[in-house]
Amino acid sequence: MARKVPEVNASSTADIAFLLLIFFLISTTMNVDTGLTRMLPPMPEKDQKQDDVEVKRRNIFTVLINKSDRLLVRGEPMDVQMLKEKTKEFIMNPNNDPNLSEIEEKEIPMIGRYRVSKGVVSLQNDRGTSYEMYMKVQNELVAAYNELREELSTSVFGKPYQKLSKEEKDAISKAIPLRISEAEPKNVGGK
Amino acid sequence: MATFKRKGKNEIQAISTASLPDIVFMLLFFFMVSTTMRETTLMVRTQLPEATEVSKLEKKSLVSYIYIGPPTKQFQALFGTEPRIQLNDSFKTLDDIRDFIASEREAMKEEDKPLLTTSLKIDKDTRMGIVTDVKQELRKASALKIVYAARKAE
Repeated sequence: MARKVPEVNASSTADIAFLLLIFFLISTTMNVDTGLTRMLPPMPEKDQKQDDVEVKRRNIFTVLINKSDRLLVRGEPMDVQMLKEKTKEFIMNPNNDPNLSEIEEKEIPMIGRYRVSKGVVSLQNDRGTSYEMYMKVQNELVAAYNELREELSTSVFGKPYQKLSKEEKDAISKAIPLRISEAEPKNVGGK
Repeated sequence: MATFKRKGKNEIQAISTASLPDIVFMLLFFFMVSTTMRETTLMVRTQLPEATEVSKLEKKSLVSYIYIGPPTKQFQALFGTEPRIQLNDSFKTLDDIRDFIASEREAMKEEDKPLLTTSLKIDKDTRMGIVTDVKQELRKASALKIVYAARKAE
């Protein structure tokens, strides 16, 4: 007759596993980092002459934020909610309005002839502007570009921008280049 | 005549807990793979603003973090409530940013160096003054790729 092996008491394994589990619960985080990606302009060389690139006035979409978080868009006060629509209108310029951005017909691979805008969005803020407002404005501007790209993507390729291949994405970003520039900081309203 | 025999005492069988460790281990492994270790202890409050157009940060090894915000409660007696810059584990000034970027670059592989991304975790009540200063310092250090950290708004 085979000898019975005595059973090992395993009731403490659960306790050990719980200890490990609790350790991991408190010492780790689960958050995924998200954010708005942006490129800063390189610092101008010291001996380089400050020759501003000539951009015609009609091609600049100036957005100013003052220290009490108010918006001034092309000389007119505006609400944040309106900003996205105005930006889209400025970039696309559907009716060839001489006040909005210049349009240039260009040949783009995979899309064909497309009216590429020369418009530049220029964002300027004050030292006293709150970061929350600044992010709201940044977000609206990016949203305007993203929506235009989304529209072009669905009309040309028939699928959303996220599902495009690399070449198709490149073609779209050539047709609608993201041009948001931040002016050199100025200190107007104090701290 | 049939008699009902009592089987000794009416003892309740002990419930087997042998599978309990397995269940807990499963939970443990889930947490081990889905979380990351806390790298720095935050000494500033960073309540991120919300945005709808956010994108995910892809490679975490290429990212270095700059935190800006008012110091947390236990540091307020020492450092006040004005927003301050935190690099790694301590409060730093604007002048330290260039050294910080240089040391972050040094720690990276040669082919990854141009991909260095700086994530700015800034409290939403911060004024833009300090943010602009930090951005100027980053430009001087030619760390041009930045991410404004934000929460995804639904």
